[in-house]
Amino acid sequence: MALLDVRKLTKSYGETQALSDVSFQISKGEFVSVIGPSGSGKTTLIRCVNRLIEPSAGEIVFDGKEMTALRGPELRRERARIGMIFQHYNLVYRLTVIENVLHGRLGYKGAIKGVFSMYDEQEKRHALEILELLGLGELVYRRCDMLSGGQKQRVGIARALVQNPRIILCDEPISSLDPSSARIIMDYLLKIRTEMGITMVVNLHQIDVARKYSSRILGFNKGTLVFDGPSDQLSQQKIYEIYGAEAGELIND
Amino acid sequence: MNSSTIDMQTPSDFFRYRNVMLRIFLAILIALTLLSAWHTELKVGTFFTALPRVASWIFAHVVPDAAAWSRFPSMLEKLVETIFLSIMATTTAAVTAFLFAIMGSQCTRINGFFAIASRAVASVSRNIPIAAWALIFLVTFGMSAFTGYLALFFASFGFLTRAFIETIDEASDSQVEALRATGASYPHIIAQAVIPASIPQMISWVLYMVETNIRDATLVGLLTGSGIGFLFDLYYKTQQYKSASLVVILLVIVVMTIEFLSNHVRRKIL
Ligand SMILES: Nc1ncnc2c1ncn2[C@@H]1O[C@H](COP(=O)(O)OP(=O)(O)O)[C@@H](O)[C@H]1O
Ligand SMILES: [Mg+2]
Repeated sequence: MALLDVRKLTKSYGETQALSDVSFQISKGEFVSVIGPSGSGKTTLIRCVNRLIEPSAGEIVFDGKEMTALRGPELRRERARIGMIFQHYNLVYRLTVIENVLHGRLGYKGAIKGVFSMYDEQEKRHALEILELLGLGELVYRRCDMLSGGQKQRVGIARALVQNPRIILCDEPISSLDPSSARIIMDYLLKIRTEMGITMVVNLHQIDVARKYSSRILGFNKGTLVFDGPSDQLSQQKIYEIYGAEAGELIND
Repeated sequence: MNSSTIDMQTPSDFFRYRNVMLRIFLAILIALTLLSAWHTELKVGTFFTALPRVASWIFAHVVPDAAAWSRFPSMLEKLVETIFLSIMATTTAAVTAFLFAIMGSQCTRINGFFAIASRAVASVSRNIPIAAWALIFLVTFGMSAFTGYLALFFASFGFLTRAFIETIDEASDSQVEALRATGASYPHIIAQAVIPASIPQMISWVLYMVETNIRDATLVGLLTGSGIGFLFDLYYKTQQYKSASLVVILLVIVVMTIEFLSNHVRRKIL
């Protein structure tokens, strides 16, 4: 059974169709890249999955649960199993690395424990292990506004990992990074998928990166899914369909 | 890129348009100033010719005499009362304003109705001048420190709510989103993202409000017959100008000290 099953997903903002009638399935352990020009609906798509954005129509079944039907605590519980990584890291910069990482546990916490940062020993140990794994062992008590972009993004990844997620959604995780930090981040994402078996869905702006890291690519143009297949079957013709006039520039890169 | 009002052909068109707009704006400003001066019969000239007289009067009365110094202890007592009143009004208003700001901010609001209601209450409370607040409560609570407290409270509450809403909107949008995505609940998001992200800026606003309130408390005291404002009023009306002057000097010292302290704190936290 598919881990994520998106059926006829549609999202409109007034006249704008951000997504129209999008259907696809993702199995456990896949590394899927979502590509498309700016404004093609990539962000809208992954935010519909954890319901940061309300879909206008269609269904999203995650791990057998119909996401669009969930409310309150049930929705929180499902969100806790879905990690998310952002282009601008979205950390609380005035807090330390470890505090930001442990935010990933809030989905499993009651009101009082979460408000007063009462995390279990086991949770703290897990957080430290993950930070060690991501090469942040030295920076545990550093305030996040003191970190470089690449380090901030690794904190973002750690926050997603302590959730024990079944899937991680990444919205342009490397678009704010220099090439070498970008490579480090992509390598970590790949490692997480191969070593921990966590399914990855990554919005990307760079076709070459998508080809290199992912087993499968979804290509969007103006809210419509125009390509869905293995990375090596993404032909020039398809790239042209996805990117339109922009395609020439992208291929020459 | 494009200007909505008229079609821009070239950059020089654009700058010509900008220059014309600037000149029109200046002309309107000058016209308004002249009109206002004429309407209020303001004689700027009179002020300047009277300046030496004003100055000599001030110099004759500014230096406190022995009688003024003998009242120093009672002034100090009232001054302390005024400072505590201002601080209490500010802190209680800040807590209330924080709750309203959370409801009013785009990124933490519970629903549209509360958001609009909270902004409306804050806006009304902010736009009623502090003297009017004092007069409103004077009717019910009479000449008392409590009346002064309420006036300061409501004026501060309105101002702080608006300042806090802007602070929360600016500081916490992306963090709120990230925490929502982890499955965090509303109280978690407020405690773990909104407060840490916006607390330094909010403390800075509270310090500014304390400064403002100590100044305003004097004015409110004139109306409500309490605190240091009452003493100033008393000395002034009985023509003991040298004592009134000592009151003003004390106030200036206090306000400057508080300003200095809060600047120091601000530098530390921001
Ligand atoms: N909050 C919104 N209100 C109105 N239109 C929106 C909003 N969010 C996104 N859109 C529109 O939806 C389309 C898809 O946007 P998005 O998902 O952000 O694209 P991408 O992430 O691929 O750049 C765009 O045309 C965008 O302008
Ligand atoms: Mg996007």
